[in-house]
Amino acid sequence: MKAKEVPQDDADMMRGKWKDPIYTLDEDGNYTTSYSLGWEVKNAVMQQAWDNINEKVEETKRKVINGKLSPVAYYMEKNIMDVSLLAKYMGLWRWTVKKHLKPKHFNKLPQEIIEQYADIFNIAPELLTSIEALKTTENDKE
Amino acid sequence: MNSEINFEHRQAAHCENGVVSNLLRFYGVELSEPMVFGIGSGLFFSHMPFLKVDGIPVTSFRPLPGIIFSRIAKRLHIHFARKKYRRSPKKAMEELDKNLAKGIPTGMLVGVYHLSYFPEPYRFHFNAHNIIVYGEENSTYKISDPIMENVSELSYKELMRVRYAKGVFAPKGHMYWVDKAPGAIDLKAAIQKGITQTCKHMLTIPVPLFGVKGIRYMSKQVRNYPRKLGPRKAALFTGQIVRAQEEIGTGGAGFRYMYAAFLQEAAKVTDNDKLRELSFNMTAIGDMWREFATITGRIIKNRNKGDENYDRAADMLLKIAGEEEKFYQKLLKSIQ
Repeated sequence: MKAKEVPQDDADMMRGKWKDPIYTLDEDGNYTTSYSLGWEVKNAVMQQAWDNINEKVEETKRKVINGKLSPVAYYMEKNIMDVSLLAKYMGLWRWTVKKHLKPKHFNKLPQEIIEQYADIFNIAPELLTSIEALKTTENDKE
Repeated sequence: MNSEINFEHRQAAHCENGVVSNLLRFYGVELSEPMVFGIGSGLFFSHMPFLKVDGIPVTSFRPLPGIIFSRIAKRLHIHFARKKYRRSPKKAMEELDKNLAKGIPTGMLVGVYHLSYFPEPYRFHFNAHNIIVYGEENSTYKISDPIMENVSELSYKELMRVRYAKGVFAPKGHMYWVDKAPGAIDLKAAIQKGITQTCKHMLTIPVPLFGVKGIRYMSKQVRNYPRKLGPRKAALFTGQIVRAQEEIGTGGAGFRYMYAAFLQEAAKVTDNDKLRELSFNMTAIGDMWREFATITGRIIKNRNKGDENYDRAADMLLKIAGEEEKFYQKLLKSIQ
């Protein structure tokens, strides 16, 4: 790619933290570093990945509100985790975490386990146990 | 305890190259990012349909994390110390503090998801990110993250968290630093070794998932996606290929431009004009990868229509495979 062809399609993906360095050719055929604010195509594939995640999060949220799953399931999806990754963070077996995704078991969890989950999800323990709060949260991730 | 090392931060397109290049500069060895990338044989390709992340097959334009690093160490005879602290996050932080007190800038592996200074759209559970810590003041750590334009900071708790991210490639407190200041470096020999290995890996690995064969294999997969997966999943799978190609750490067009820049620099160092000519070939191949990405962009926009763009994308990949095959053969000849 030539230096003057570097795309500048800014979709604020980098939040101003960097511009993408791209190695490009200058007028004399020598390599130089150019900086890109973004490329339409790249923005589209990133957005596609987030759309896919957000859809799963919304779907899980509905299930939690309808009492089919526990809030752990919602925050797990929101943190882009699956049962196996969450189990590793918790230092628990997978089947134990799976059990905690069911409201029946979740409601009986001791406070220290709730706190551990909350710490991993980076939220207050009260928020984790409040389904009411879920009903009003907008999904704020990109 | 307060400590700050006078450390020059420079931005790079890929974290592993960037960390190596910045660390070496501190010890008086000036190597550009493309040079690190070329000598470390950072150019690669693999497509592994059976290995899935979030249910999507893994495509990669680089070798496994850490490999560029160890190849550079071997080829330039630089001695790095490396340590992991599997069970003791506290010890991992103490050892870091000791290093900083001694004035040693220290590289480490971290997970991206909890990096507080990182832009949200980039925060996935990717655990093989490299950063350098070069100072500490009142339990705030000074960070040189080669992807970022400027230096950053992390609190004690934040740094500990990213050093103990869980999942694939869990860093387990892994850290590394230059042990002995490097002596004289034989750049020509290192370049020769780097190029030879890249060509061989792209041409001769006898498994169809890697190198040029891997690109052909992926072409076949992409052609079948709409029939096999339906429009939605097919678009997601194809989009993931382009994410691997263009997202963080690739430097655009799956590293091809960076490799072309390396060849130009190598031409000067080794006095071999053929490498400069070949660098233009590689640029053209990079352009083709971008064309493939553009076709994919169209697929994503029309994801609800079954369309002929999959055939176009697959054809493009075949063309790329053909061009790359010829390229590595010529490149291997040019240095013999």
